[in-house]
Amino acid sequence: MTFTGVHSVRQAARRRQGIITLFLLVVVAALAGAALAVGDYTLSLPDLAATLVGHGEGSDNFIVLRLRLPRVVMGILVGAAFAVSGALFQTLLRNPLASPDIIGISGGASVAAAFSILILGLGGAAVTGFAFSGALVIAVVIYVLAWRGGVNGYRFVLVGVGLAFMVQAMLGYLMTRGDVREVQQALVWIVGGLGGSNWSSIATVAITLAVLLVMVTILSARLRVLQLGDEVAAGLGVSVEATRLTLLVLAVGLVAVGTAFVGPLAFVAFVSAPIARRLNAAGGLALVSSALVGAALVLAADFAAQHLLPGELQVPAGILTGIVGAPYLLWLLATTTNGGGRGA
Amino acid sequence: MPAVLAEKSQRTVLRQRRLWGLVAASVLLGVAILLSLALGARHIALAEVWAALFSPIDGNNDHLVVRELRMPRTIVGVVAGAALALAGTIMQGITRNPLADPGLLGVNAGASLFVVLAISLLGITSPSGYIWFAFVGAAAATCLVYGIGAAGREGATPLKLALAGTAITAAITSIITVILITDTDTLGAYRFWSVGSLASRDLGTVTTLLPFLAMGVLLAAAGGRMLNLLSLGDDVAQGLGQNLSVARIVAGVAVVVLCGSATALAGPLVFVGLVVPHIVRPLTGPDYRWILAFSAIAGPILLLAADVVGRMVVRPAELEAGLVVALVGAPIMIALVRRVKRADL
Repeated sequence: MTFTGVHSVRQAARRRQGIITLFLLVVVAALAGAALAVGDYTLSLPDLAATLVGHGEGSDNFIVLRLRLPRVVMGILVGAAFAVSGALFQTLLRNPLASPDIIGISGGASVAAAFSILILGLGGAAVTGFAFSGALVIAVVIYVLAWRGGVNGYRFVLVGVGLAFMVQAMLGYLMTRGDVREVQQALVWIVGGLGGSNWSSIATVAITLAVLLVMVTILSARLRVLQLGDEVAAGLGVSVEATRLTLLVLAVGLVAVGTAFVGPLAFVAFVSAPIARRLNAAGGLALVSSALVGAALVLAADFAAQHLLPGELQVPAGILTGIVGAPYLLWLLATTTNGGGRGA
Repeated sequence: MPAVLAEKSQRTVLRQRRLWGLVAASVLLGVAILLSLALGARHIALAEVWAALFSPIDGNNDHLVVRELRMPRTIVGVVAGAALALAGTIMQGITRNPLADPGLLGVNAGASLFVVLAISLLGITSPSGYIWFAFVGAAAATCLVYGIGAAGREGATPLKLALAGTAITAAITSIITVILITDTDTLGAYRFWSVGSLASRDLGTVTTLLPFLAMGVLLAAAGGRMLNLLSLGDDVAQGLGQNLSVARIVAGVAVVVLCGSATALAGPLVFVGLVVPHIVRPLTGPDYRWILAFSAIAGPILLLAADVVGRMVVRPAELEAGLVVALVGAPIMIALVRRVKRADL
């Protein structure tokens, strides 16, 4: 291929990426609009627009700005955080299955949260702190146990699955000891949902995410080099293990923050990046589109969990992401025939 | 000539090691059974245990505890331990997958879903009422996970099976959770079943499941030669006259009835089937007939030991055997993962 040929192919890919990004932005905006407008009290679009720019009536203001907007903003933030975290894990470990929700990192957060609710009798911000530490601890344990002169994606996943079962046993212990009502409360937390969102927690999440995402953006050039393979990357002057470890730490940070505030939300981290990559019809990192896909998934799951279930049933959003995400994983397993580079 | 002699003597050594190993394992099992009868919130001297078994006195509380509480749970432990260990060995053999385990394959999730539905929709709340639901759910999940894990070109690799199990478990867990967070009564009954325990099971359950257990054990006993052939690879096994689909069906039926019965008896238990074959292999070598025989003895030892430990660590309360097994089994699984070479995963 001539130089101009490469150039035009690259330009086409970039144009496609631009269109996809725009499309995803529209989807997220539409879902957000729906989430803000629809409910027991449904607003018309003009009313919603007026409320959002500060010209709404008293009750509209309360419902939209106090009740519904925090939920939507939190959904967008954590959806993006989970998605970017999953994309980083999958890329760094070169395995589409190595996502934080599959390898037990969310499980660590769940156990810590259940412990703080059931044994220590805590609530609110303290539970968030425990969940955050739980995710970090389990991530460190997986990394240390999977390390054998380097990190291997398969070993990482299987060590994670083993730990996930251990974590499950601890949860089982906590669940059988607690008061049944508190256990139910802990279960709701463990599934994950946007119900508890408020502006002060959003501020914390937003600031932390901003810091983490800026660092990811700075390092993403090196990540692209890493994708060429460890030897090539080392040859190009990238310190492979140090870069990988730094990015893994950032990825763990992203998922830990999200989980700490809304709970695990099964499979969002796992499915977002593959969907984004498929939309872009190209390899590459696709971090921005992954983040948008994640946000859209969480908003859609939350909307469906609130409004679309039969019999007025309302459940936490994490239940829907779990039920929808698992078949995707199974489909991936059943159709992947390449045992080498891409995993599965 | 000397080489042949050396090989012959090596074989004799191996055979003797296996025979003595089997004797030692049986003795160990006897000890585990005695400990399971004697230890607990109430310590009972071995002489009293003996008397309770062979010349019980009416109205003697120690004898009552041994006969009514500890004997049933010991029997359930022996039966469920053997069934899970045999099922794990067969799974590892048929899939040539060192990490196969009934619990990792979503069997427990399937059983759990059916039990939750039984509690929530039909109002059944006793462990003996759960058995058929647990059995059918376990069987259905085994078929589903194995079918999905074995699809695709390279068949049932450890990673695919583990993840198919994880995915099924996650989806089913979501459904179970919907029920549990909307229905406090169901949660109250289900959570105690869900951790896997040998306590307060009644012996009637064992009798009910006996035909299935017998069938599973017979299939396992007959399957040793078959698994040996399969361990040489599908092509070689076929060349030596083994019909592959017959082998897969026999193994599949054995796994389903063994796992189903064990889960129906003791609730969801993980890691027994995974760990036991690896523990016995250094003694037996690669011959599956011996691995199966040893597993059938070592499985009960492991499960009874877990149960006894669970009774001792937080006396007078108890830690369920399922929890102890999981806490001990996970480190062993991780050690195995670290040992397995990349190519085998």
